[in-house]
Amino acid sequence: MSVFVLRRLLTLLATLVGASLIIFLVLDALPGNAAQMLMGADASADAVRALTVKLGLDQPLAVRYLQWIKGLLVGDLGNSYVYGTPVASLIAERLMLTIPLAIMAMTITVTLALAAGIYTAANHNKLGDVGVMSLTQVGIALPNFWFAILLVLLFSVRLQWLSAGGFAGWEDGIWPGIKSLLLPAISLAVVQAAILARVTRSAVLEVLREDFVRTARAKGLGKREVLWSHVLRNAMIPVMTVMGLQFANLLAGTIVIENVFYLPGLGRLIFQSIANRDLIVVRNCVMLLAAMVVIVNFAVDVLYAFIDPRIKVHDL
Amino acid sequence: MLGGALTLLVVASALLSLLWTPWSPYEIDIASKLRPPSSSHWLGTDSFGRDIVSLLLAGARSTIMVGVIAVSIGLTFGVTLGLIASARRGWTEEIIMRFSDFTFAFPAVLSAIMLAAVAGPGMVTSIIAIGIFQIPTLTRLTRGSANAIWAREFVLAARAAGKGRFRITIEHVLPNVLSILIVQATIQFALAILAEAALSYLGLGTQPPQPSWGRMLNDAQTLLFQSPMLAVYPGAAIAIAVLGLNLLGDGLRDLLDPRLARER
Repeated sequence: MSVFVLRRLLTLLATLVGASLIIFLVLDALPGNAAQMLMGADASADAVRALTVKLGLDQPLAVRYLQWIKGLLVGDLGNSYVYGTPVASLIAERLMLTIPLAIMAMTITVTLALAAGIYTAANHNKLGDVGVMSLTQVGIALPNFWFAILLVLLFSVRLQWLSAGGFAGWEDGIWPGIKSLLLPAISLAVVQAAILARVTRSAVLEVLREDFVRTARAKGLGKREVLWSHVLRNAMIPVMTVMGLQFANLLAGTIVIENVFYLPGLGRLIFQSIANRDLIVVRNCVMLLAAMVVIVNFAVDVLYAFIDPRIKVHDL
Repeated sequence: MLGGALTLLVVASALLSLLWTPWSPYEIDIASKLRPPSSSHWLGTDSFGRDIVSLLLAGARSTIMVGVIAVSIGLTFGVTLGLIASARRGWTEEIIMRFSDFTFAFPAVLSAIMLAAVAGPGMVTSIIAIGIFQIPTLTRLTRGSANAIWAREFVLAARAAGKGRFRITIEHVLPNVLSILIVQATIQFALAILAEAALSYLGLGTQPPQPSWGRMLNDAQTLLFQSPMLAVYPGAAIAIAVLGLNLLGDGLRDLLDPRLARER
């Protein structure tokens, strides 16, 4: 077990280093001069040179990369080119919105998907199964930002139950904040849940065909007991793999959905920074998102090994 | 069947828009902005007075173009890498597979953001970003199915007959994984359409005045209280295209691989 975790940990580190290299090279080496981009095409050469030195962009590429990595390790990400404030605190502030949003969306996704997946598998080929599966087929085809707009049309424009956008913050207690994240979380979750429900259904159906399920039924256990105590645990492996991959989609999705609801999260920060040519903020935000994706998938892999002891080092 | 029909509808709209649209999708006519549906403008007009039907038809063209090019990029690189990994095994396979794992860390939106930050947003940026995002899935799928073919007896026979790895890959492996790839390409096409819509909605993809469904949704969002239907049509168009391709993919799978169909 520990060998397996260690090996995965090394791959994780290698992936993170690789990701940081690519992000750094794409964002810092390609565009030529960040200072020129910041000041515009008609800035004087002297002014551009002064800003280049001030931002430390005159240093060699390798030095700047190592400085960035060193900063990442100690949590010092440098200062925003535009605002002059530390990037770390800019990001931390925005995460107060994006992380709760992602958690809410994932919770709704998993709840909906497991309920729908288990229900349809238990009622295989019956009317309920066909109905719910057709719904998921439609759900997969929906662009989440369009679904979000439809939710706004229904709940904000028509019924006027919830606001069409903006974030109430956490200062007045948890409820106003959760309320303003409700529609965004639902619109993120529904599409993902449609995919996960289909995976859950086929995973459960697969396990239901196993011999040990027949044995359990033969020894007198009820359908329900077999489903909950034998089938689910075994069906969880493929479901969790997809959940891990979906987390990446979810993060990418929050970038889009935050823009639909005008939420001041990480996604909005990235967009403002692109518009402002604030490449240092873009670089750190992209690194953070990529790192989250990689780390979640690492966690899923390690978790498998705990759920299913049959998984050994050489299997992965 | 339904999938094929819906896909055909979208492709036909795109082709039709090359020859004819009821109005010009580029022509701005402020005087007749935000008209309700009528006999001259079947679905009304947008805030610039452009005809919605014409925009939807021309939008299909942009969507299909981005999708086709992005999936072609994905297929070219993904299939080649997958076949190489499967044919060479060992270190080559390890490196290719690690690299594809690694690309998973960058969803299309993320690579599009990086590219847009340095190269500026646009159709090319979004095509490249979506194309890159397609590669790892196709690499994994090709390698997985190719490995299964390499283990078959007719490959052993071909090797005994003295054929080299390259010839076996082209003559035996590729034809046998083709049906799986066709099915997956259909589904990847659907994903590409979703990604294109999201990117142009965010302003990172297709740029105005080039009509695109995602862009139309972005324009419509500011007018939700005045003309809510403007936000409904383009989204429905995207959903129809994606649903059609997904169903087509399912149908093709049943057709090309009857074993899977029986199991479901």
